[in-house]
Amino acid sequence: MEYMLFICADPSAPKYLAAEDNIEQWGAEMDARGVTRHGDRLRPVEDATTVAVRGGEVVVSDGPFAETKEWIAGYDIIACTDLDEAIEVASKHPMARFGKIEIRPVWPLGE
Amino acid sequence: MAARGVGVRPISNTEVVTGQVEVQTAIEMASAAETARITATLIRITGDWSLAEDCLQDAFARALVDWPVRGIPTNRGAWLTTVAKNRAIDRLRSAASEKRAMRELAILTELEELPEEPGTDPAADDDRLRLIYTCCHPALPLDARVALTLRTVAGLTTGEIARAFLVSEATMSKRLVRARAKIRNSGIPYRVPPPELISERTAGILAVLYLMFNEGYSATGDSTLIREPLVREAIRLTRLLIVLLDNSPQEPEAIGLLALMLFHHARRATRTDAAGDLVTLEEQDRSSWDRAAIAEAMALLADAEQLGISRRSPPGTYSLQAAIAACHMTAPDAGSTDFGRVAALYDHLGQIAPSPVIELNRAVAVAMSQGPEAGLALIEPLERARALDGYYLLPAAKADLLRRLGRRTEAHSEYQRAQELAPSEVERRYLGKRLAETAPGASSAVNQNKCPKPGEGEE
Repeated sequence: MEYMLFICADPSAPKYLAAEDNIEQWGAEMDARGVTRHGDRLRPVEDATTVAVRGGEVVVSDGPFAETKEWIAGYDIIACTDLDEAIEVASKHPMARFGKIEIRPVWPLGE
Repeated sequence: MAARGVGVRPISNTEVVTGQVEVQTAIEMASAAETARITATLIRITGDWSLAEDCLQDAFARALVDWPVRGIPTNRGAWLTTVAKNRAIDRLRSAASEKRAMRELAILTELEELPEEPGTDPAADDDRLRLIYTCCHPALPLDARVALTLRTVAGLTTGEIARAFLVSEATMSKRLVRARAKIRNSGIPYRVPPPELISERTAGILAVLYLMFNEGYSATGDSTLIREPLVREAIRLTRLLIVLLDNSPQEPEAIGLLALMLFHHARRATRTDAAGDLVTLEEQDRSSWDRAAIAEAMALLADAEQLGISRRSPPGTYSLQAAIAACHMTAPDAGSTDFGRVAALYDHLGQIAPSPVIELNRAVAVAMSQGPEAGLALIEPLERARALDGYYLLPAAKADLLRRLGRRTEAHSEYQRAQELAPSEVERRYLGKRLAETAPGASSAVNQNKCPKPGEGEE
């Protein structure tokens, strides 16, 4: 099954410590296990642009579509046997300690 | 329920004899005994929760029509398995005939080969465990875990569960549908967790069972009877879990939980008086406690301790709470409770599961064994830490200690604070009595040695 991990910033989480950020080690382990498909950081919400089409007009606005304290700072698409494996993979991500991670199952079209 | 009344009658096509009551009793007993096993097996083979539950439901519906006419079968488990299995085969065949997908054919083959006699399927115990672990998966909302366990493992109908939770059947049905959909869509595995997860996940099951118990046990007044199935099923499922966890390191704590439930259950009849008012542990009529339940709980607690030692698994939170309950339940009267031991057990409990509520309980036990001043000295730092702000039992406990020290004005204002914070009418009424006793000008013939135990209210 494929899952998308939303790597979220969480103001109530412990402070980020660069020395404890083992993202490269995580990436290497998950690559070796064949879990990770694709993933990256995302630029902050200040750099977001929102697009909508209303009445045939393209409406472009600045900023994210929802203002929240917890915002998505990155993502990973992973392939796992089941939710328990996805939980294990997410729990090893450094941002599980400095933020939080939402696991969403991918819903293929036609299913 | 009189098990012996349910006759084992030969199946005969001429006889129309079996009474409606007998059939109803037989179906209820079969539902309690067989639901988890049959559902679990059908889910394992088909991977389809709704199909499994529907087919078993159909089997019970058939029994209701069939058994009064043909007699109650000797082996009800086998009868129900056959009917449910054939129903599943029919439904899958008609669905599969269009596609003939390989996976569906494999399922059909496995269903056809499924043994029907209970006890002859070597996978049955594992199936039931798988079912319980999946129903209690932490990715499901807590209320859904309880409801799903009651529906799928215990075999209660959606209507029965809805009534026990005091919600409409439509609401409960939606909750169950959502939970099954999440199991399928999010890939919650149908399995007994691997060794690295088993301890945490078993603790999760015990938490669900204890929540189920407390939902039923803490009911008062009119809803007591309605919520009784929660208590009954929680105890029954804990017994089942203990059998299934045989020889595992998690077994002692499951036994500890059963002991704890039975200790609470033993004094169920004495928790409220005829008017529905709360009666504290100290004031309950001990002669009305259920002696058989206490004896069983004591034996279980001893077992849990013994097994814990031999399996090197230190006592967990339920075994320790059961040990505390044992101190209360074996004392001939409140005054002779071994409060020194109670305080020591709360201390131990606080070390493995630190919580301000446990600290408060420990303070009360210390007050009982060493005097009110010693208790107050422990309550004051708790008050300053403010972790229990809004929790009515803190001012209630403080008020009792102040009252015992003769500081009535302070006690009165603490009772007032407690009453403002009390969550239900029953508790407010209880505190109202205390308020009247400490009111200026009230007679001072207040019983000086009674002190409600904070544990009472948080059940």
